[in-house]
Amino acid sequence: MALALQTFPTVKDANAALKAAGTRYLGGGTLVVRAANEGDVSVSGLVMSTDPALSAIAAAGGKVRIGASVTMAAIARHPDLGPLAKAARAVGGPAIRNMATVGGNLFAPAPYGDFAVALLALDAAVGTEDGELPIETFLARRDGSRSIVTSVSFTLPKADGFRFLKVSRVKPKGVSVLSIAAVLEQAADGTVSSARIALGCMADRPMRAKAAEKALKGKKLDQNGIAAALAAATEGIAPITDPIASAWYRAEVLPIHLGRLLLA
Amino acid sequence: MAKVPVQFTLNGSEKAEFIDSGTTLLNALRDKIGDTSPKGGCHQGTCGACSVIIDGELRLSCLTLAETCNGAAITTTSGLAEGGVLHPLQRAFLDTFATQCGFCTPGMIMAAKVLLDHTPNPSRDEVVEALSGNICRCTGYEPIIQAVLTAARANSQNAA
Ligand SMILES: Cc1cc2nc3c(=O)[nH]c(=O)nc-3n(C[C@H](O)[C@H](O)[C@H](O)COP(=O)(O)OP(=O)(O)OC[C@H]3O[C@@H](n4cnc5c(N)ncnc54)[C@H](O)[C@@H]3O)c2cc1C
Ligand code: FES
Ligand code: FES
Repeated sequence: MALALQTFPTVKDANAALKAAGTRYLGGGTLVVRAANEGDVSVSGLVMSTDPALSAIAAAGGKVRIGASVTMAAIARHPDLGPLAKAARAVGGPAIRNMATVGGNLFAPAPYGDFAVALLALDAAVGTEDGELPIETFLARRDGSRSIVTSVSFTLPKADGFRFLKVSRVKPKGVSVLSIAAVLEQAADGTVSSARIALGCMADRPMRAKAAEKALKGKKLDQNGIAAALAAATEGIAPITDPIASAWYRAEVLPIHLGRLLLA
Repeated sequence: MAKVPVQFTLNGSEKAEFIDSGTTLLNALRDKIGDTSPKGGCHQGTCGACSVIIDGELRLSCLTLAETCNGAAITTTSGLAEGGVLHPLQRAFLDTFATQCGFCTPGMIMAAKVLLDHTPNPSRDEVVEALSGNICRCTGYEPIIQAVLTAARANSQNAA
């Protein structure tokens, strides 16, 4: 079945076209064109915008704004986005990374969305024409979201304050068993003063490990210090079951991998 | 369905066609333009057999809409041989038995070409990483990795 594609120079016009029933925004197409190839008839029209702001990366004074059409490959090679390179490189193989956009990753259902897990830990703000939403709110409402995501913005973490890990069975490229991202701040005595931990594959979309974050506060990043956080890691999770792993397996291995990430 | 014009260069020559809106580049290349070197293995982005090079970057033609390639320079494996002389990668794939049924070969060669264009002397790990989006049902991969390393050596000897 063929899809009609409409291309607009401005986000505003593209947003207007997206109001028509059956239309979806076209990012890199790695999910939406795949769905069409598989016979998903709910998509009858695609809309895209060629607005150059969507493809821009701006990094200054520790603040970063990434346009929604920026690809994983562009993030991985950007000199100012070093701490995020690992998370961008975790997405797919080389050809997928040349196509997969940040905007599309925010909508990718588990087991996908590895980069969105990083953005959730970073407490990114998701921009649309109507303004910005905290990523947590955006993710909760994304199924009903009809407006084009234009950007994500966040404060660039210090290289040693941001940690990311993806577990897959096939290496170097494979679908996630799980992914974890953490932004940790430590006081002078080494105790954790703040922690934001995001999990992938532990629900249908990225989620925070809030109980583990709380249990980590004031603790040292050693075997004893992290024990309570590991015990709390599975609180509130509802992992997916797919051909890569069962929900049971994902829940079993989560504390082990979180431990490795925290002790790294 | 309305037809839309597409125009791009394919292996250095200008191509212009009218296609149905929403046609994938893979289908446009194979069914309209007659370049059957990119293969349709899965149409899901998972096998890499449809890999082509668009403006210097490796892409999956099964997930790319042809009309988004207006003005682009596209390279496929059928454009690599020059005047009947095989490209060093093609030669190496034959010499090291890196092709059995051959279905994955054009995609593998595209992925390898982008690697060697940027990294003329790659390590084994870099080759594995570069080919990680391409699946081969036949060879067990080792001959393919050896072919890419052999082609890289041949290139650097020619350059010396
Ligand atoms: C073989 C293969 C391997 C993959 N491996 C991984 C992996 O390891 N990790 C991972 O995270 N993902 C993976 N993916 C999934 C996918 O490639 C990524 O999640 C990618 O980031 C999706 O982005 P896209 O631009 O291609 O999305 P599209 O397919 O273009 O869009 C996906 C959805 O998001 C919507 N959308 C896209 N952009 C916007 C926007 N700016 N505003 C509003 N809506 C928008 C679309 O309408 C659509 O509903 C893989 C996919 C394939 C085919
Ligand atoms: S046909 Fe495109 S990746 Fe398999
Ligand atoms: S040679 Fe048959 S799939 Fe690779």
